[in-house]
Amino acid sequence: MRRVQAAIWLGALLLAAAPAHAQVTLSLACSGLGTEGALCREGAEEWAARGGHRVRLVSLPNRGTERLALLRQLLAAGSRDIDVLQIDAVWTGMLADHLLDLAPHLDTEGQLDQALRNNTVAGRLVAMPWFTGAGLLYYRRDLLEAHGHPPPETWQALTRTAEAIQHAEPARPQRLWGFVFQGRAYEGLTVNALEWLASHGADGIVAEDGRVAVADPRAARVLALARSWIGTIAPQGVLTYAEEEARAVFQSGNAVFMRNWPYAWALLNAPDSPVAGRVGVARLPRGEGPEGRHAAVLGGEQLAVSRHGAHPALAIDLVRHLTSRAEQRRRAILGAFPPTYPDLYADAEVLAANPVFAQLPAVLRGGVARPAAATGRHYSRVSANFAYAVHDVLAGRAAPAAALDRLRARLQRLAPDGAW
Amino acid sequence: MSAAAERRRARTAWLFLAPMLLALALVAAWPLARTTWLGFTDATLFAPGAQRFVGLANYRLLFADPDWWRAVANTLVFATVSVALETVLGLLVALLLDAKLRGRGVLRAAMLVPWAIPTVVSAQLWAWMLHDQHGVVNAMLVALGVIAEPRAWLAEPWAAMAWIVAVDVWKSTPFMALLSLAALQLVPRAVMEAARIDGLGPVGIFFRITLPLIRPALLVAILFRLLDALRVFDLMYVLAGSGPATASMSVHARQLLVDFGEVGEGSAAATALVLVVVACATLVAWLGRLRLGGAGR
Repeated sequence: MRRVQAAIWLGALLLAAAPAHAQVTLSLACSGLGTEGALCREGAEEWAARGGHRVRLVSLPNRGTERLALLRQLLAAGSRDIDVLQIDAVWTGMLADHLLDLAPHLDTEGQLDQALRNNTVAGRLVAMPWFTGAGLLYYRRDLLEAHGHPPPETWQALTRTAEAIQHAEPARPQRLWGFVFQGRAYEGLTVNALEWLASHGADGIVAEDGRVAVADPRAARVLALARSWIGTIAPQGVLTYAEEEARAVFQSGNAVFMRNWPYAWALLNAPDSPVAGRVGVARLPRGEGPEGRHAAVLGGEQLAVSRHGAHPALAIDLVRHLTSRAEQRRRAILGAFPPTYPDLYADAEVLAANPVFAQLPAVLRGGVARPAAATGRHYSRVSANFAYAVHDVLAGRAAPAAALDRLRARLQRLAPDGAW
Repeated sequence: MSAAAERRRARTAWLFLAPMLLALALVAAWPLARTTWLGFTDATLFAPGAQRFVGLANYRLLFADPDWWRAVANTLVFATVSVALETVLGLLVALLLDAKLRGRGVLRAAMLVPWAIPTVVSAQLWAWMLHDQHGVVNAMLVALGVIAEPRAWLAEPWAAMAWIVAVDVWKSTPFMALLSLAALQLVPRAVMEAARIDGLGPVGIFFRITLPLIRPALLVAILFRLLDALRVFDLMYVLAGSGPATASMSVHARQLLVDFGEVGEGSAAATALVLVVVACATLVAWLGRLRLGGAGR
């Protein structure tokens, strides 16, 4: 009897002790916005159950700037509270010092090239692409068909089509506008303006060789075109719009065209949406002329491993699982998150769940990265100054060439030796 | 009283003051000193603790930055215009409430409503009312025929600044009115009676009797409002974001510190803000020859 008791005690002790040695709790900081939180939890729990570990989710603020400020403070303090973190495409340069190089540990075969380049800072792969995003042109299919216009191929055609439809549509209580986009002086305007520049073949903020490259005569012409939209095809209020304000105008039926991210598709076609079933989607227009090309700025989120965590090997394994093809496929079908494996856009089940994804491979091929890696920790300041200069032009406070000259002088002051 | 007793009294006084001085040192002097020190270093949010002393480099950057000068100008314009309007309107409201009106108590309470709402909330409230597509302000102005079609008030820098001032006047006039009213009620009625009997009209009474008598109290109220207005942050941030067209000095400093992670340069901007506030307060106190030590009349 005593022996049996002893055996039971021993067994119980072993049961209690064995997992305590191997079981590790990892902290994963991912976004809780909309369906993101639930999908992140499911993915993490699958990994945890497989390896016998635990994952604690750390919720992040919803607004990007606040999320960045919090992560920056946690990482700068060397906090062990976060092992794996979700970061925006443009934070890689700012946070790189605190993130592990994943290149020696993870297989990047089949991942989107532009996303990998974006996440490589000084030769180190500091984050693994998790899902992507790129600017799209949404249009009112019913209005274009009624007035006999094809979806515009160039920005100049978009301008003409918008004007024509605006004039031809009968008067209504709320004015119909031609084009809405993100024109508030913030990161979104940087994205929109970089798309206008790149689609006309003009250099972005930083040239290939690291020089400050904004004072390009082509850039001034492009900004003059954008300036001509304000008050004619775009409401003056577009200067205060972010993504959701633009969607509000378009979704209530008061605009012909809208530039937005892929997330808008599902909302525009929701049963209670006034424009459901009447919206088309296309690549963003290119500029006129031989240098014109279709260009969309890449967004998306990445997963990174903190240098200060206690279990780097396990944290890397969690990233491997969450960014795997199978997990990205699941997230694409259930949550409409565009995968970073281009071959998944040919997957029948993914396409059936998200018809808009059919456009994405071509859009991603023309993807433009923001200069996050090049400008490093100065990115947010560089981007803000760029957005303010463009905003000045759009609001009519400055002529395009003068605004760009001032911006170049300012950026050269920020860049060591005038180049990055 | 003997010298020894005097000394003992002084010691007791310091003893009683000690907790307050300690608290002030912890919550005011220490952060201020640290911010001032960080303003002379190259500290960033990317590598805290690794700062080096860089002398006046941050101040040179700041003074060479047209955005900072823009922020100084925005702040001064905002503070001057809004405090001037609030003082005049507040005094008018106070004179009205000082008269023996029926329902004066209710009026006084109702007047306080804008002041009681937190600034962030009232700023957001006005942001919706000023919305270019769905805002009630546009709907009213169009219905009245003042403007032909809705305008994006917050997209035009001058209109945006005018609205920021207007919202502040809407919010802070009650504060000035209340302080003016308190001062008005201390003016001895007998003096006014005497002036009236001597044949001075109501306008004369206001400028020769009332205004000189309430001036010290009014100046204190103006000083308070001015200090508040020079530090303005939430109105600009909520109504117009961090853009340089409307940014105040506080908005500019926060952007450097938090958004850009430039702790050194941002601390220099914050210290410069404190210096500007001190300079303005000194100027106003000197202009009003205000003796804060007491015995004002």
